[in-house]
Amino acid sequence: MDKQLIISVGREYGSGGHEIAQKLADFYGLPLYDHNLLQEVAAKLNLSDEELADLKDYDEKEKNYLLARTIKGYNNSPEQNVAKLQFNLLREWAKEGKSFVIVGRCSDQILKDNPNVITIFVNGTDLAKIERLMRIYDLGEQDAEEKMKKVDKKRREYHNSNCKADWGKASSYDLCICSSHLGIDGTVEILKKYIEARTK
Amino acid sequence: MLAQVLAVVIFVAMFILIVTEVVEKQYITLGCGLLTLVLVFGLGLHSMQAVVDTLNFKTIGTLGFWYGGGESSSGVNWATIIFLFGMMVMVEGMARVGFFRWLCMEIAKLVKYKVMSIFITFMLLSFFLAMFIDSITVILFLAAVTIELSELLKFNPVSMIMAEVFCANLGGSATMCGDPPNIIIGTSLGYSFAQFVMNTGLIAVVAMIFVVTYFYFIFRKSLVPKEKVDTSTFADPKEAILDKKGFVTSCIIFGIAVVLLVTHAQTELSVATIGVFIAFLTIITAPKHAKELLKGVDYKTLLFFIGLFIVVGGLEQTGVLELIAGFIGKVAGDNIYIMVAIIIWISAICSAFVDNIPFAATMVPIISALAGNNPALLDTLSWTLAMGTDIGGSATPIGASANVVGVAKAAEAGHIIKWGKYCKAMAPATIIVVLISMLLIFVRYVPGIM
Repeated sequence: MDKQLIISVGREYGSGGHEIAQKLADFYGLPLYDHNLLQEVAAKLNLSDEELADLKDYDEKEKNYLLARTIKGYNNSPEQNVAKLQFNLLREWAKEGKSFVIVGRCSDQILKDNPNVITIFVNGTDLAKIERLMRIYDLGEQDAEEKMKKVDKKRREYHNSNCKADWGKASSYDLCICSSHLGIDGTVEILKKYIEARTK
Repeated sequence: MLAQVLAVVIFVAMFILIVTEVVEKQYITLGCGLLTLVLVFGLGLHSMQAVVDTLNFKTIGTLGFWYGGGESSSGVNWATIIFLFGMMVMVEGMARVGFFRWLCMEIAKLVKYKVMSIFITFMLLSFFLAMFIDSITVILFLAAVTIELSELLKFNPVSMIMAEVFCANLGGSATMCGDPPNIIIGTSLGYSFAQFVMNTGLIAVVAMIFVVTYFYFIFRKSLVPKEKVDTSTFADPKEAILDKKGFVTSCIIFGIAVVLLVTHAQTELSVATIGVFIAFLTIITAPKHAKELLKGVDYKTLLFFIGLFIVVGGLEQTGVLELIAGFIGKVAGDNIYIMVAIIIWISAICSAFVDNIPFAATMVPIISALAGNNPALLDTLSWTLAMGTDIGGSATPIGASANVVGVAKAAEAGHIIKWGKYCKAMAPATIIVVLISMLLIFVRYVPGIM
């Protein structure tokens, strides 16, 4: 692919957003980044395994307001600083013209000024998401529902503490799609058509 | 009673809002300041005089504000605001020409790029610079150079940055202009730069010997380079200088500022006058960059101070601070040792978790009330308060501005300093220095008062 293409995928827990992102990455032959983005950060900064583990402890987490202070734009919060390291790398790659698929990491807002970025949010019906979580993680219905709510709450807090736009709100993305009606593959096909239309 | 309750509620709300960072802190203090003027002075006290006294504009028009002493202890401390403004302009000028980076690189070269020597000299440099320049600026530049050197010399910079942060806070305690609490104490109670140097300065120097030893022993293993590096290819430190003429001018202005501060008791120039003069010199010698220099001033912090002084003025005018002073006096009885111990440890513990600037501004009227008509006691309590607030902040990552900036600069290079890691090294150092300060105050001052 000659022209730069960055696909940013936000997702509700259990919606299959990550799998959809992987299929899009495979189809377009692009690297996919999620939590492995920190490995790229660590490689760039020459960090040790121990330091990489420290970064991973704070990946996609909201800062603790009681334990953090901001002075002249500098903050001591590990959560915020780990997020910042990832945001900076994403911005750098976008500026260099690199193409990739990125899952989460506030990429919908961090990269929104780049015209080659397509931001997608994948949601799902509660019923379908719980069913999927029960199947994948071998959970009971109640546990799956609790886990779904807990993870989505954390994702929302992380996103909204780092960006002005709301997580999961239609106006924050180019396209929001419910994966429950068409399934993973059906949703991927629709998204491919949208991406093709955008990149023509 | 209503006024007192309102003043306390506004003060507590201000503290909570500052901690939670709902909005930027200058809006919080200014908003709370406005509420103090309307609710506490208007609704509670029905006193226009309290508003006039707290806003304290009239003091700027008096000769004593600029020359000959006579600073006011009530309401907005305009001397602090104006002095900070002047120093901010000067520091902007120094940063523009590359002074700080040059100084750090030159020292690293002088000690032949040996990591342990850099560690010791950077601690001393941090201490010295923070005596005259705000600790945020000191750490911003020192941490950046430390990270740069750590990449060149292959060592982990975390320990060095933490030690520099601690020494910046300790250096700040040594002079009247080193740390904002000291500026507030000095301008409110009429102390000179030399008085601070002879009192908190001596304590800080003694404490520094212990601090350097302590950090050497706990960090020496973590500072061993991973591999041997050929330093002959390193860039000349002079390359850090961005404007040679401006560099020389900045050095001269910095020298003038130091001389004026050291001699201000003799010249009778107030710190406000020195601040205005230094800002004027900086701008007049770099007129092309005047806009850039003035733009670089941290107006948010200055506004934060103004709002803060008004809120504390509310507590002062309603007599709340006298009540607190009375309570401390009752607990301590006639025992000055207990009074000193209470003030230094409470100041240190509070400053470890909340901003030490509002704490110091609140405590100044309290120690004045505690001392009554005993100037020797007021001096002792002033040095006690200064050491407690300045040093206590070092214990946690959020206790002082330099800590936040140091931790954030390390994180920019991927080195995450967690609360546990930070406190494990810094809290014992804080306890050691507070203990040393308390013992020195006990030995040097208390016997003369009792």
